[in-house]
Amino acid sequence: MSQPLIAVEKVSKSFGGVRANSAVSITVEEGKITGLIGPNGSGKTTLFNSIVGYHPIDSGSIKFEGREISKLLVPQIARLGLLRTFQQTRIYAEMDCVQNMLISVPHRNATLTDMFRAYPAELQDEAEHLLEFVGLYQKRHLISGDLSFGQQKLLEFAMALMNKPKVLLLDEPTAGINPTLINGLIDRLKRANQEFGITLFVIEHNMRVVMNLAENIYCLAHGELLAEGHPEEIQNDQRVIDAYLGAH
Amino acid sequence: MLDNIGLLTLAPVLNIQLLLDGLFIGAVFVLAAYGLALVWGVMNVKNLAQGEFVIMGGYFAWHLGTLGVHPIASLPIVIAIMFAFGWLVYETIIKYVISRDLFTSLLATFGIALVVQQGLNLAYGPEVRTAESGFSTHSLFGGLVTVAEIKIVSFCLALGLAATVILFMKTSRMGQAIRATAQDARAAKIMGIDTERVYAFTYALNAAICGAAGVLVSMIWVIQPFYGIPHSIRAFVIVTAAGLGNIPGVIVAGLGLGVAEQYSGFVLGLEFQQATALILLLLVLIWRQVQLARYRQVVQ
Amino acid sequence: MTGDNTLHGPARTGGDGVPRRKIAINADTTPWYIYAAIIIFGVAAPFIFPAYTTQIALLWLMILFALTWDICGGQMGYNSLGNIFFFGAGMYISAVIQVGMFTDVGTYTSARGGEQLVLDYGDYFFSLFVGTIAAAIGCVVLAIVLGRIVFGLRGPYFAIGTLGLALAARELAGTWEWIGGGSGIAMPVYPGQPHEKSVVFYILFLLLAVLTFVFVRWLYATRFGLAINAIRDDEGKAEAMGIHTLRHKLVAWSSAAFLLGMSGAIFGNLTGFIEPLEVAFPAATFGIFMVVMALLGGKGTLWGPVIGATLFHIVKEVTWTYLLGWQWVALGLLIVINVVFFQEGIMGWMQRKWPERFGITVDQRVSADKAGEEASR
Repeated sequence: MSQPLIAVEKVSKSFGGVRANSAVSITVEEGKITGLIGPNGSGKTTLFNSIVGYHPIDSGSIKFEGREISKLLVPQIARLGLLRTFQQTRIYAEMDCVQNMLISVPHRNATLTDMFRAYPAELQDEAEHLLEFVGLYQKRHLISGDLSFGQQKLLEFAMALMNKPKVLLLDEPTAGINPTLINGLIDRLKRANQEFGITLFVIEHNMRVVMNLAENIYCLAHGELLAEGHPEEIQNDQRVIDAYLGAH
Repeated sequence: MLDNIGLLTLAPVLNIQLLLDGLFIGAVFVLAAYGLALVWGVMNVKNLAQGEFVIMGGYFAWHLGTLGVHPIASLPIVIAIMFAFGWLVYETIIKYVISRDLFTSLLATFGIALVVQQGLNLAYGPEVRTAESGFSTHSLFGGLVTVAEIKIVSFCLALGLAATVILFMKTSRMGQAIRATAQDARAAKIMGIDTERVYAFTYALNAAICGAAGVLVSMIWVIQPFYGIPHSIRAFVIVTAAGLGNIPGVIVAGLGLGVAEQYSGFVLGLEFQQATALILLLLVLIWRQVQLARYRQVVQ
Repeated sequence: MTGDNTLHGPARTGGDGVPRRKIAINADTTPWYIYAAIIIFGVAAPFIFPAYTTQIALLWLMILFALTWDICGGQMGYNSLGNIFFFGAGMYISAVIQVGMFTDVGTYTSARGGEQLVLDYGDYFFSLFVGTIAAAIGCVVLAIVLGRIVFGLRGPYFAIGTLGLALAARELAGTWEWIGGGSGIAMPVYPGQPHEKSVVFYILFLLLAVLTFVFVRWLYATRFGLAINAIRDDEGKAEAMGIHTLRHKLVAWSSAAFLLGMSGAIFGNLTGFIEPLEVAFPAATFGIFMVVMALLGGKGTLWGPVIGATLFHIVKEVTWTYLLGWQWVALGLLIVINVVFFQEGIMGWMQRKWPERFGITVDQRVSADKAGEEASR
């Protein structure tokens, strides 16, 4: 692999006087699952938001496929194939599941006249196929706002897959999900990565999940990069353990 | 237009006239805008009936004037009536609007505004009125600048009222409850604050402030059933420019708007005085967008 | 879970000779006889009720108002209080073009209505046609330019910003002497009889209303319809999914502007005289009616604005003169009651009452789960 898919270099971001990220550098390799962990308030979500363009960064650079994206706007970045899901799941609550899926098709090459087209039937098949993949096929004609929180989370994941992103940034995919369903979700995340070739970058609090899922893990604490490595390395890293136990 | 600018440079004392008139009327704008900032900040209701409350207060003062009550003496009566009216409006309508989306409160209060202005029109007719206060007018600089005593009195009253409200918000128990609710309504509720009552009180207080502003308007300017909308627009301009919870900002923006209207009326012609607040509203909204765009945020 | 390992499953079309299916989004399931009844009424009305031709023509205008407001307000969630701006702008554009085709606008307006433009049939209809087209195009241009400003605003700021725009246009039109200022501008005189004129304008408004309905019906069935619904539900999410949100918002507003501009041009010619406060920018009457009608019928639905406009217009025409000045108070109360206690509107209420009739699936089990989840929170 010549270059990483996402290369974050020395990114700093402060809000008022609070430094949420200071000189954070990470890379996300194509085709892999990368994890991002850290105690509450360590700047994980801030870093996510910086990458997908929710706020400007103070200094540093963010490159996607070698292209500087830190000056681009949210929809532009999304159209490049860098997609995110939300910690507080966000779906289009008054539309049914299939409609939620259909509107999530990639908008990368959408021209002005495309918006006045109808959807070809293949797209509906594709949408239903993906709903089946996440286990929502039976509920496909329900208004999505009526689904339970866990189902909405699955729908949001399916919508992200429908968009055919190159990389998917997942903000706590297992938060608020019934523990018995977590294994199924991990399995689906892995399948999305292996079978569909989508690179994943995951914020996760649940250690068991992230150790099981990720091939490479970054740990943030107090806005700074604390450690990087394979799951076993991270697990045995004294600094990471200290950070989580609040030893300093 | 250029002639008028020339006049201002030739006779600089005219500036004093415009400045004074602007400040006197601006003080009244500040009151209504402060009330709007209060309901907006505390209960997230964008009250489009703000100007109608002002005009309503003005009409009560005028009506009491025809019964022989001096407008200044009517101030406490109008405040009490408007407080009760505000409470009533809260209990019948606003109560059901608070937790709803933003457009609901805007349109519901627009409906209230329509009812109030048309009701006033039916009750008092469309004539332009002024409450007679009987104060004299002084001339300065050889008659180039005139200052009506009532404007000075009204300015002082506005300052006094504003100071009273601000003091009330800082020190009284209800004021503290209001500020707590504004910060976090849920937390306030959990801590035992009766937020329903706080909301009702806040809305009633806003109506009372507007009513007081209306009494002042009726003394130093004119009232008419349909003159409420410009007052609402002004309140929105001031609050949007200053930002919520920024009392010094509201005062500066309010006085500034008063002066700006006087100048545009003088330089561009009286027909532009009405449009000034509207144009400023659009400019403020554009300016806020440009400002927020740097942080990749939108005005919402 | 199927054993199928490809992400985007095999296309089920093609190969079997079946023509490629298209999916209808927001499919209109209205039975044909309703359309037939409306068309028959529309065509027959001026013959059955010749005395009310203009009132019924205004009904078509009201339907157009409510439908165009709903494109942004109901379907996209951008509640504009200033769409009347395009009505007035279209009226003034057509006036200037129509007068300018035959004489100098400045001298014409400076005569303060003392001059009248008398044309023959050919010239009149040609100028009306050119004026209407120019109004439509001009309003689209205005919508695109101004849209870049107002669509940076969200929620209440958008509503206030658009209201400010309409009110500012009204004040400024009153100060612009070239277009007649506060004293207005007289339109070309219709060359025929008054009754003939009312029938001609009836036909124009009917055609315009039909065009509007057919247009929005088609529009909501395209990808565009889903995209603006997505913007309504969660614009931040739509942006994060890469939807061209500004593009969609501008097209939605320009569509409304196009139709409103044409209606303004035709209305100006019907009235024969334009002035800014009451005719061109009646923000407190037509401007509010369009919102009330859409809300009353049920915003965000295809038929809601039509039903709301019809109901509102009939009730208004029947009761207005008997209310002796209280009609405006009644209108205010109607807005309050509608918004506070009946926001879903007639169509929304019907959809909730009989969801299966509207093709909405409700899973009782899921709903119960959801309710339990919310209760436990």
